[in-house]
Amino acid sequence: METKPSIWVQAVKLGLLGGVVALFLSLVGMVAAFSGRYIITGVFTMGQVLFMAPLLVAAHITLQRNPGQPRSTMFLAGMLSGLTASAVLAALLLIGNNVNLRAMLINASPELYGILSFGRGVGLGVVSMLGVGLLLGAIAAGILLIPERIRGALTRAVIWVLMVGLLRDLIVTVSFRWGPLASLIRQLFAVSGLTVVGAVLVFLLVGGISYWRLGRPKQDAEKVFRQQKPAVRSLILLAIGVVVLLLPLILGVFFSEILDNVSMYILMGLGLNIVVGFAGLLDLGYVAFFAIGAYTMGILTSPELGIATLTWWQALPFALLASFLAGFVLGLPVLKMRGDYLAIVTLGFGEIVRLLVLSDWLRPWLGGTQGIQRIAQPRIGDFVLNTQQELYYLFLLGLVIVAFIAWRLKDSRLGRAWMALREDEDVAMAMGINHVATKLLAFATGAIFSGLAGAIFAAKLTSVYPHSMNFLVSINVLSLIIIGGMGSIPGVFVGALVLIAAPDLLREFAEFRYLVYGALLVTMMLTKPEGLLPEKRRQLELHEEPPAAAVAAD
Amino acid sequence: MTLLISKNVTKRFGGLVALSKINIEVKENAIQSIIGPNGAGKTTFFNCVTGFYTPEEGDILLESHNITGLSPDRVTHLGVSRTYQNIRLFKNMTSVENILVGMHPHMKAGLIGGIFRGPRTRQEEKEALTEARRILQFVGLKGRGDMMAKNLPYGEQRRLEIARALASKPKILLLDEPTAGMNPSETHEMMNFIRHLRDELGVTILLIEHQMRVVMGISELISVLDFGEKIAEGTPIEIQNNPHVIEAYLGRGAASGLVQTAA
Amino acid sequence: MFRNWTQRITWSDIVIWAVGALILIGVIWGSIVTINTGKYAPSTWIDLTITGLALGGVYALIALGYTLVYGILRMINFAHSEVFMSGPFTATFAAQALVAMGWWNTYPWLSLLIVMLVSAAVSASIAILLERVAYRRLRGAPRLVPLITAIGASFFLQYTFRGLYGSGLKSFPDMELFSGFWLIGTIRIFKTQAAAIIGAVIMMLILYTIVQRTKIGKAMRSVSEDKEVAALMGINVDRVIATTFALGGLSAGIAGILYLLLFPVAHFFMGFFPGLKAFTAAVLGGIGNVPGAFLGAMVLGLLESVGPSLFLDGLGIPAPNQLKDAIAFTILVLILIFRPSGILGERLTQAKA
Repeated sequence: METKPSIWVQAVKLGLLGGVVALFLSLVGMVAAFSGRYIITGVFTMGQVLFMAPLLVAAHITLQRNPGQPRSTMFLAGMLSGLTASAVLAALLLIGNNVNLRAMLINASPELYGILSFGRGVGLGVVSMLGVGLLLGAIAAGILLIPERIRGALTRAVIWVLMVGLLRDLIVTVSFRWGPLASLIRQLFAVSGLTVVGAVLVFLLVGGISYWRLGRPKQDAEKVFRQQKPAVRSLILLAIGVVVLLLPLILGVFFSEILDNVSMYILMGLGLNIVVGFAGLLDLGYVAFFAIGAYTMGILTSPELGIATLTWWQALPFALLASFLAGFVLGLPVLKMRGDYLAIVTLGFGEIVRLLVLSDWLRPWLGGTQGIQRIAQPRIGDFVLNTQQELYYLFLLGLVIVAFIAWRLKDSRLGRAWMALREDEDVAMAMGINHVATKLLAFATGAIFSGLAGAIFAAKLTSVYPHSMNFLVSINVLSLIIIGGMGSIPGVFVGALVLIAAPDLLREFAEFRYLVYGALLVTMMLTKPEGLLPEKRRQLELHEEPPAAAVAAD
Repeated sequence: MTLLISKNVTKRFGGLVALSKINIEVKENAIQSIIGPNGAGKTTFFNCVTGFYTPEEGDILLESHNITGLSPDRVTHLGVSRTYQNIRLFKNMTSVENILVGMHPHMKAGLIGGIFRGPRTRQEEKEALTEARRILQFVGLKGRGDMMAKNLPYGEQRRLEIARALASKPKILLLDEPTAGMNPSETHEMMNFIRHLRDELGVTILLIEHQMRVVMGISELISVLDFGEKIAEGTPIEIQNNPHVIEAYLGRGAASGLVQTAA
Repeated sequence: MFRNWTQRITWSDIVIWAVGALILIGVIWGSIVTINTGKYAPSTWIDLTITGLALGGVYALIALGYTLVYGILRMINFAHSEVFMSGPFTATFAAQALVAMGWWNTYPWLSLLIVMLVSAAVSASIAILLERVAYRRLRGAPRLVPLITAIGASFFLQYTFRGLYGSGLKSFPDMELFSGFWLIGTIRIFKTQAAAIIGAVIMMLILYTIVQRTKIGKAMRSVSEDKEVAALMGINVDRVIATTFALGGLSAGIAGILYLLLFPVAHFFMGFFPGLKAFTAAVLGGIGNVPGAFLGAMVLGLLESVGPSLFLDGLGIPAPNQLKDAIAFTILVLILIFRPSGILGERLTQAKA
């Protein structure tokens, strides 16, 4: 039996780990990138949050793992942890002052040092850093000593202040049209982040509400919903529906672009969810179908290649058909393959498609590196759908249809066959399931949805470029369904919000997007592989009639 | 009437001969067993019958229909169903869903049916659900329908597996060590249950078993395999007194008196 | 035997075989056309062959990492391409430092050694870290989970290095020692190519010896066979697995330097394509099989180098070198469809029931 190391040793170890994380965030450039964004104007920036949080967390975990210590020990251990963590950063300051780290680590720059030393130069900076470490450690201890209800309220309040500060742009833009309320909200913010007054207000508001709510018994949102009378339920759904329909108007032009992106990825996510989540086939080449849908649309509607000039609506069935067939064709060779190999082969297919689309050989039909321009946009009568906001409705329509299809298939004979194949392929075959047809249907169905997304995408940009048809797109879609929860339809929405909306809303994220994706994927697999909103199996035995499931579009 | 015949079935894996000229006949409505020491080839035989393996030589006939080498899904459609030595349920699906998958061969809805849920599909699903609940009750798992298969206790998992196998309305049910890991009272229940299956549903049953109590207690005919060959066949009494069988299990020169008879 | 087939072939098998046959015919036809037209001089073919061998050598060392890890854990270490990248990318800084110190061309062999050590150390460390943090806990998990973790780790590492070292291209300084070429009769070998080939062969021999002859190699092989039994025999399974990763990383690090000799530019994305191709090579030769990795890599290198001119050109495809990578991916797909056990691998049987 192992004896647990003493709390002091743990404090130092975890402190070092926290320090390394903070160091990592600094050297990778995230601290500097986010230093331009204030949470509370003039007080602190997101960059500071990024390097201070690991220090706090290290202390927190140290204390959490050693419950039941006397107060003085808690404070000392916490402070030790915080100090060790900050020492790592202080070391960076000291070393960086004497050695030109920048030759290799491009972010070890004067700018970074300035941030880490709080603008005070090396000597004072190191002292300040260590002081901050001690302080954060003490705070970590203090937090654990506060009664639970207050602690919960405090935590939520802090998180909300952070979020509101980060989302300042979104909130200000959205509330622009709300008249007097708009200027009131405006008061809370400065050019970047919240004003001090605003922050205090948000803090008190959220803190107060949380405190109140934490005093009452916990309620599951879905259960509460189900308990309402049918009339009330319909009303709630209607309200949600209205909001969804009005989103582009609420959000304005700039944010509608993000909305489009999110919707597109939800559409693709729902499709890939069928392949990966239902049938368990890890398709890493999903972008191939997106490309086929987009390119078919391009080929058939653009006058450039001189092949055909159909309208968008006329070309749509062909684009869908092409994707469907592609699903069959690309699914055919992988029928007998196991998980890993299947993934790599589909990746290979995706790349082959990209290389073909890029090549000079196929330029007469596919446009080569230039891609295809002047693709038609959908018309309804005289009205052309060509802005972000208008195209949103097209994405929304597609999304709703796909979500509906996915929801229906999930509890059908085919859906069960897919899941059986996923669980145990040999036994599924022994149950009479024809694995060839069933797998191909999974690929093809998933492919159509991706193709639809591609076709709408092509219309939106009025052009397609081979460079946008790359592996990263497949990874985006895969990440969001994994993090949302494989096989779970609501999970796709959650995944898209976290992985597509969030980085788009915070421009600074752009460079670090895949860094965060990668970290999230690894963390999820290690801690909660079923995802944020895991698949829930339906209750079939105890209910006479399947319960009316709410298919919320957003 | 003979339901299943294996004629001279031989299965090789490279140089290893797993089965050698196995001749077994299973009569309709009978309960028969295949026994033998570990590695004798019993599960391999099941795999040949169900289509997982294709024998190098020999034929397998189901009601005079040659099913040798057919793929497993075809074999199931023709009326053969099985359970597995180490339970292979669909762990992340509920009991009812497991049974519904078992019904796959008897249902028709495909992609279109699944999406549009026309009246025929809805009717089919409704009937299937009722049937699944019925089977659930039949195997004594009423109320467990919405539990995830992986959360069921061991004995119930075994019964669920049988329920799933029954869902395809098989003519013959192959049970691979159904009482493995069971205590005497559970074993007794399973024995009665197996008889019940045959009596109520008219299913022919072919059993692989290690517990002699079960084998001797319910089988009408026992075939004994050793090192891939059939070394004996007969009624329980005949097998118990067969020196070759005793030798196979206990080694040369072992004392006679193999096992207890059924309780 | 015959009956094994007749009842199991479905229409899907027939279609796949037909497509495979078409590809084969296309390749042969294209080759014949090219050779007939005599478009390329023999010296060109020789040049291409040598390039192919050099490339193959590099791929072989990278492939070793994939094959060893697959052998011991039955998983594809998708992040190995980043293990490969980290070494040489870091080593370019060392190289630049050596240039600044004036050692680069004054003590070339020493410099080369230093740079290789740096590269190998970094790659090995990343590999060990990867195993410890991401993979160790997932050893019993269902197949998809470690694969997704590996994909996540791959991206994480890629963008970490991008963040640390920047997104720009870092050039690897030229070494006087390796500039120019030798002429043997009409055969022209660039010194960098020779270095790559010789370096690869030496490393391969060393690594093969380690795996086959040393105690740790034996331990690795027994853990590959049966983890539990190996543990019962007193082998520290965790340590063996870590060593396997380290060895693969080391090999990749050395490969990185050889790669930089051939293509003297490092950047954060440099691992993706070589990684995939090395994986293809490992599968082609028979994954889990060390000599197989070498063989597969050489074949792949040659096909990739000679292929576009040999058969793609003959089929009338303009700018055939654009599709060089496509050749590698097509080989990958074809091998996994038709012979997943590879050239030297054993038939992979699947447990059915």
